[in-house]
Amino acid sequence: MAAPIAVHLEFGGGAELLFGGVKDHQVTLPSQSEPWDMKQLLAWIRANMLQERPELFVQGDTVRPGILVLINDADWELMGELTYQLQDQDNVVFISTLHGG
Amino acid sequence: MPVLCSSCEQKRAVLKRPKTGHSLCKECFFWAFEEEVHQTIVSARLFSPGETVGIGASGGKDSTVLAHVLKVLNERYSYGLKLLLLSVDEGITGYRDDSLETVKRNQQQYDLPLKIVSYEELYGWTMDAIVKQVGLKNNCTFCGVFRRQALDRGAMMLKVDKICTGHNADDVAETVLMNVLRGDIARLRRCTAISTASEGEGVVPRCKPLKYAYEKEIVLYAYFKKLDYFSTECIYSPNAYRGHARAFLKDLEAVRPSAIVDVIHSGENLSVREGVRMPVQGNCSRCGYISSQALCKSCVLLEGLNRGLPKLGIGKHHRLHGKILAREPLTQEEERKLKAVDF
Ligand SMILES: [Zn+2]
Ligand SMILES: [Zn+2]
Repeated sequence: MAAPIAVHLEFGGGAELLFGGVKDHQVTLPSQSEPWDMKQLLAWIRANMLQERPELFVQGDTVRPGILVLINDADWELMGELTYQLQDQDNVVFISTLHGG
Repeated sequence: MPVLCSSCEQKRAVLKRPKTGHSLCKECFFWAFEEEVHQTIVSARLFSPGETVGIGASGGKDSTVLAHVLKVLNERYSYGLKLLLLSVDEGITGYRDDSLETVKRNQQQYDLPLKIVSYEELYGWTMDAIVKQVGLKNNCTFCGVFRRQALDRGAMMLKVDKICTGHNADDVAETVLMNVLRGDIARLRRCTAISTASEGEGVVPRCKPLKYAYEKEIVLYAYFKKLDYFSTECIYSPNAYRGHARAFLKDLEAVRPSAIVDVIHSGENLSVREGVRMPVQGNCSRCGYISSQALCKSCVLLEGLNRGLPKLGIGKHHRLHGKILAREPLTQEEERKLKAVDF
């Protein structure tokens, strides 16, 4: 069993509007048999945090195109995207690019 | 396993550039981004020394990044430009109030003069008041038409030589697509131009220095530089058609990042067969603004608002222009058609 992990989530660029307007969230992911990865985190966010219009945030099992993801301040495209294995105290940022210029 | 920057090969890469596929560290990314905007400015000869340049500032990510980068480049390469921020207050409570606060902070952060022109002072109508009369269906038409003129009028008040706007590569690609979908040949031909010459009296030349900058990079530039910008959707914006075009482009980009520049490239290289009729540009006989009709769109919309006939400027009512100009009353039948508004 992997122990529960604490991660810091941040929503910006308008994505926070789907989370009650709150940008910063400190969450604890429960213990499970395998380590948490980004794909599971997105499913968890969808089930536990999204307050409205989930289709504006997730599409299939990934984020909606146009939402940027940073893991510990680096583009998730450099980190394996959905397969990245989350560590305790990781910082994950979601920025929408779909809101007004 | 952290990925190393492919440029300096020393620091940890923080992003993968959609344009080139390169992985860069923060400093190398800032440099590359700024240099590319500089290249765009130089190769299209967007500015000349001594010019006063108004940056259309909305408080959003694009214009905030544009203001920051222009300030940096103006100093780094001694463009010799006098930069200032130009904002439009549409009069939308709760939306524009907040974004204008952002612009006011930017003014201080970047130490640039700021001029705000409001719909209320220019037209006698705020967007809040317009929405009350026209409903939510057509309000973007009003807002868009009024904003274009508002920037021009603000620019003239300030004796600005050029206006630059924060339109990025994604915006331009989206506009190409929209004009294809609408069959708007005249706009399709114009929309990829990086700059427009002065089209007539009262129209200040415009340019788009971020035309080739990807939205992803603009957002990450703002994020890593910790620039202060405002992001929320306009509360009156129901433009579903444009939203679909945007989502479609984002889907394409997810599969092939070059899709954005490819669409721009297609737009740039379209040529219109000879003999296709184009609207002839003239001037509005009421306000003098550039127009292909006797009255410009903004004067027609305004006339409709002031007469309580909000549909006047929506759709084609050109044959009524003569009557409006002569300030003649409309027939009951004409009034009936123009009054009904679907909310
Ligand atoms: Zn580097
Ligand atoms: Zn006019």
